[in-house]
Amino acid sequence: MATTYEPIATTTLGTAAASITFSSIAATYTDLRLVIVGTGTTNNTYPLFRFNSDSSSLYSTTRLSGNGTSASSVNNAGTGLLVTINALLSDTIPSMWTLDVFSYAGSTHKSSLATVSADRNGSGAIERAVGLYRSTSAITTVAAVMASSTFATGTTATLYGILKA
Amino acid sequence: MANTYTLISSNVLSSSAASVTFSAIPATYTDLVLRITSRETVTQNSIILALNGDSATNYSRTILLGTGSAAVSARESSQTSLIALYDEDASFTANTFNSMEIYIPSYTASQNKPIGIIGVSENNATLARMCDTAGLWRNTASLNQIVLSKTGSNFVSGSSFYLYGIKSS
Repeated sequence: MATTYEPIATTTLGTAAASITFSSIAATYTDLRLVIVGTGTTNNTYPLFRFNSDSSSLYSTTRLSGNGTSASSVNNAGTGLLVTINALLSDTIPSMWTLDVFSYAGSTHKSSLATVSADRNGSGAIERAVGLYRSTSAITTVAAVMASSTFATGTTATLYGILKA
Repeated sequence: MANTYTLISSNVLSSSAASVTFSAIPATYTDLVLRITSRETVTQNSIILALNGDSATNYSRTILLGTGSAAVSARESSQTSLIALYDEDASFTANTFNSMEIYIPSYTASQNKPIGIIGVSENNATLARMCDTAGLWRNTASLNQIVLSKTGSNFVSGSSFYLYGIKSS
């Protein structure tokens, strides 16, 4: 059977970092999947996801969020994929962030699906988001960029490639 | 490059069972994925997740639940196990099983473990469940055992449980 789920690159932060970037991504896969587990150096921070180092206003998201009390949905347009507003990085308890980018090497706009699992035993939240990057260029760089503060030491990020055949 | 999404173990029930256990999980992967289709023998029961035999109050969750008529969010803190899916129901349409994926990243890391769960029980009826869960297991031990069980009920024959390991390198 063909290999269909491969690690492209992985990193574990040895020092705090304002962003985690995977570059020179080959166009040989069908979809991409990014998995991040970690904390922030400051409580209640969050990353934006950007592609191809593009910080223009080509990104939009629609989020479905639960904060333990109520469910809500909101959309956002901005300079990066904003996949959460409630499920924020803790500075002590690791949370999980996943981002699936579909047909990333194609010539149409790029859709994505994100999840954030950020329970804190008494607080925290869960979110799902659909994202759109309105660029027809193939994605060769994926970055998680902190809106403020930094990812803490020990945060891990792995980018996988998924092949359809 | 080696395939990194590998089946560790599976269990397709040939008769009803109160629980399913995956033990001696090797520490050679980065993340674990558990994919389940199941149904239960009584009405409105939940699937319970216990890790490493830990029955201390180390589990918590925040959920986002859709029932087909409403969306709600709720939270449970300091629990002795983790509810993975609400109200799997024997009254649901016949021959319809729920589907669920449990994702446990960095399961061998010496840190508290976040857990992502999505479970659905669509059954072409008014009542259904879509439950998205952010779970947390506040235990720094390497995870080597997963037990799924029902409270006062059984998984029916034909329920299937597949545990995969994912390597990051």
